[in-house]
Amino acid sequence: MTVPLRIFFVGGITAYRGLINWLSPWIFVPTLIVAPIFQILLFVYIGRSAGVQSDEFFVIGNAVQYASIPCLFSMTHAIAGERYQQTLAYILVSPAGRLPLFLGRALPVICNAMLVAAFSLVVSGLLLGIDVPPSAWAPIALVIVVSSFACTGLGLICAALGLRIRETAVLNNVIFGLLLIFTGANVPIDELPGWMQAISNRIPLTHGIEAARELADGSSIGDVDGLIATEFAIGVVYTLVGYAALRVMEHESRKRASIQIA
Amino acid sequence: MNVPRLIWAGWKFHVKSLTLSGFFVLTSVIQPIIFASVAYFMFQAGARPGTLLYVALGAGMMGIWSSTLFGSGGAIQWQRWQGTLEYCIAVPPPFLLVIVPLTLATATIGLYSLTATLLWGALFFDVPLEVANPVAFVVALPVTVTGLGLLGLVIASTFILYRNANALSNLLEYPVWLVTGLLVSLSLLPGWVGPISWMLAPTWGVNALREAAISGNPWPEIGMCLALGAVYLVIGYFALQHFEKLARERATLTLT
Repeated sequence: MTVPLRIFFVGGITAYRGLINWLSPWIFVPTLIVAPIFQILLFVYIGRSAGVQSDEFFVIGNAVQYASIPCLFSMTHAIAGERYQQTLAYILVSPAGRLPLFLGRALPVICNAMLVAAFSLVVSGLLLGIDVPPSAWAPIALVIVVSSFACTGLGLICAALGLRIRETAVLNNVIFGLLLIFTGANVPIDELPGWMQAISNRIPLTHGIEAARELADGSSIGDVDGLIATEFAIGVVYTLVGYAALRVMEHESRKRASIQIA
Repeated sequence: MNVPRLIWAGWKFHVKSLTLSGFFVLTSVIQPIIFASVAYFMFQAGARPGTLLYVALGAGMMGIWSSTLFGSGGAIQWQRWQGTLEYCIAVPPPFLLVIVPLTLATATIGLYSLTATLLWGALFFDVPLEVANPVAFVVALPVTVTGLGLLGLVIASTFILYRNANALSNLLEYPVWLVTGLLVSLSLLPGWVGPISWMLAPTWGVNALREAAISGNPWPEIGMCLALGAVYLVIGYFALQHFEKLARERATLTLT
């Protein structure tokens, strides 16, 4: 295996295991397995109270949106966590290529996010009796993969910010909340004011959620390929911005001698 | 020992100290505003327009529950991490009187949420802020906070047995929002949810606030909140005694 690939795969998994070692089953199950189901149930019942949209609308929207929890929190911790463990300086002083070094940590995050979104979708779908055609499950799985990738790009930006600001949990909670509104998970995009729609169309998950809903309604993958491509393109842009932001933060930290200052 | 003075001083100290925490300010202000906004948009778009004041009060109450849950759930654990748990237990006043001000403070911090959702709703969603029965509203507010604060005592004294208290808090946030009818009419939920909701102070607290705000009779709900608070106090008292006894016997007071 070449060195960059080894840093990407082996380094990524090792760093994830080391930095996210607190994600034991005692935390994983309540936070990433049970909580999304209740988030979905809450919004389904608010929807029923308000007489707006179908159960399927909220199940798909919230299941895909919940992928943002691992994407934001784990991605931030997988990089900014080095600072808290006082190991960031050793990482940055190493000759390892930065691209595989940082992006390798994103791979386990994407896998985790996919698992969370898929599990939430299947379980809440069964609980609420959502009727999704069997042929739609594989394309929906693809949409979840692309959406998780796109949101991990946003997580990479948060990770870069995490090298500068202290309250990363606060930042990630705020972004998670904003995604609840702006991605159309619970409010149809066309019901939002124009300026909010403009933001919605430029953030991860919006197009993925829309594509998943259309697939569940019987569209073929060819019908939503534009949405999936847009989601992927947004993911690429966010990942590049996140990577650039990480390099800038690294440079700034060296200049100000603030690498280990948490 | 002057009990009211002890509770007052402890409450004031913890309110000030929690106000300095970015996490609590987020939980208390930004998160309820986000949920309130989602709910406002949903009710505005829906076929069954609900009263937006009803939504604002419910969303504010969500914040009170979150701050109580996370604040009280981690209360004893934080004292452990900070190395102050031994002092809290060793001081002459009973441990209950040391912890109650803290759990009451975590619920009080939630008042930021109520203020935030009401102002946010009034500024951006034309939520009317007229309160039909101001006297009852002013009474309902501290009673609700006290009810939740004492529920926080039960949470604080039982979560201590669970090492990952924060994860348990994450687990309980949405279900309680749902079953206490903060944004959802309880009549829409399955019948078996009813008895669960009756045992939880947020159900009666939010109903008291709504009845007071939207011309009704909030006094039965206020009474239920007080009664439940008394029950929580008794449960918390025995749970804390049990915890303290176990910790002393096993010498595990400072172990995290």
